[in-house]
Amino acid sequence: MKVTYYPGCSLEGTAGDYAASIAGIAPLLNVELVELLDWNCCGASSAHSLSHDLALTLPARNLALAEKEGRDLVAPCALCFNRLKVAEKALKSPEKEGLEFSYRGEIKIWDLLDYFTQEGLLEVLAPKVMHPLTNLRAVCYYGCLAVRPPAVTDKADYENPQNMERLLNILGASPLEWSHKTDCCGAGLAVARPDIIDTLVQRLYDQALAAGADCFVVSCQMCQANLDLSQERIASNIGKDYYLPVFYFTELIGLALGHPKTLKWLSRHLVDPRPLLKNRGLV
Amino acid sequence: MTFAMDLFPDQIIRLALLGQEEEVLGSRTIWVCSSCETCTSRCPNGIDIAGVMDWLKQEAVKQGKAIPEEEVVQFHRFFLESIRARGRLSEARLLRRYNFYKVRHQANLAELKQNMRLGWKLLKRGRVRLTGPPALRGKAEIIKLFKKANL
Repeated sequence: MKVTYYPGCSLEGTAGDYAASIAGIAPLLNVELVELLDWNCCGASSAHSLSHDLALTLPARNLALAEKEGRDLVAPCALCFNRLKVAEKALKSPEKEGLEFSYRGEIKIWDLLDYFTQEGLLEVLAPKVMHPLTNLRAVCYYGCLAVRPPAVTDKADYENPQNMERLLNILGASPLEWSHKTDCCGAGLAVARPDIIDTLVQRLYDQALAAGADCFVVSCQMCQANLDLSQERIASNIGKDYYLPVFYFTELIGLALGHPKTLKWLSRHLVDPRPLLKNRGLV
Repeated sequence: MTFAMDLFPDQIIRLALLGQEEEVLGSRTIWVCSSCETCTSRCPNGIDIAGVMDWLKQEAVKQGKAIPEEEVVQFHRFFLESIRARGRLSEARLLRRYNFYKVRHQANLAELKQNMRLGWKLLKRGRVRLTGPPALRGKAEIIKLFKKANL
């Protein structure tokens, strides 16, 4: 199955581990990711904070390029996905909000988690699980922009998404119920207002622990960065010891399906997940 | 997120309706709003609150208002500047620019040290791309989009 792939800027940088795991597991699911040629940045939060025009034209250019390829478009980053969807709505509106791109809206825009957990792919995946992730107690953390607002994302279960839990069950892990799966981690404020991240993320740690979790599973690299990169700082600020590794769902697929590079992807996290996996007898 | 706001989102909407421009455009709230879209998704009156926040941010900058969250605005400016230069964001360039600005304007040595340690750890794990993004074929087109947006 061929699909056009829009990696987004951070997968070329700080989220290189996510990018590697996506490229690693796609063939196992019979998916061929074809990178969108000459794609540009979607503008993320900075464009929609400073310029309504750019916030639409930057993602719209990518949609026009993608439609020429004729395949659906999949984006791993929640911000990219959201901005592409906003531009899609604008381009499909009667006046096109003045946008000068040609786009008929004949392709579907997916976020990566939805794409990899569609019924057909889960059927491919299930029989390939070689190493069930038994005893891995995880909370699924979806964050904001892959699910909200529903008028943009077209998601029905935006308050209580379930597809990551469904996937984890197939992988043999134990997804736990918790009430913070779509709460905000602070996203791009991490640089200018790290203190805000500290408050929001500490809440997520405490809620995950209260649910009895060993770890987080995420599908957004901003969520991963805020939960993973801040852990040592938050712990030392409040004099508490946290150990909560933050997996990408793609890494757990790699682990359960026996992808040989999985431990290499995991070694790039700041909170090293390998001790937890050893403790659970999973590596 | 309301813990970091000087006005609650519903107060922003009410004050805007009452024409209290100065209060709304000069608030911290509009800048610490992370656009998580929770309020927009749940508003019983169907108001796109996060969208209103965006419009207020753009308006505050356009009107040259004194902005109480100058760091946040600068971060956004450096972000767009990086896209304008290459069509894609270079995280390394953005963080370098931001940290230089921070040192010049409001040096916080403890924070700087922490950031440098973090940067080093990411570098060791191959999570910093030092070469810039590839040159895009559509580079001129991107610059045109910026010009059209008066940026």
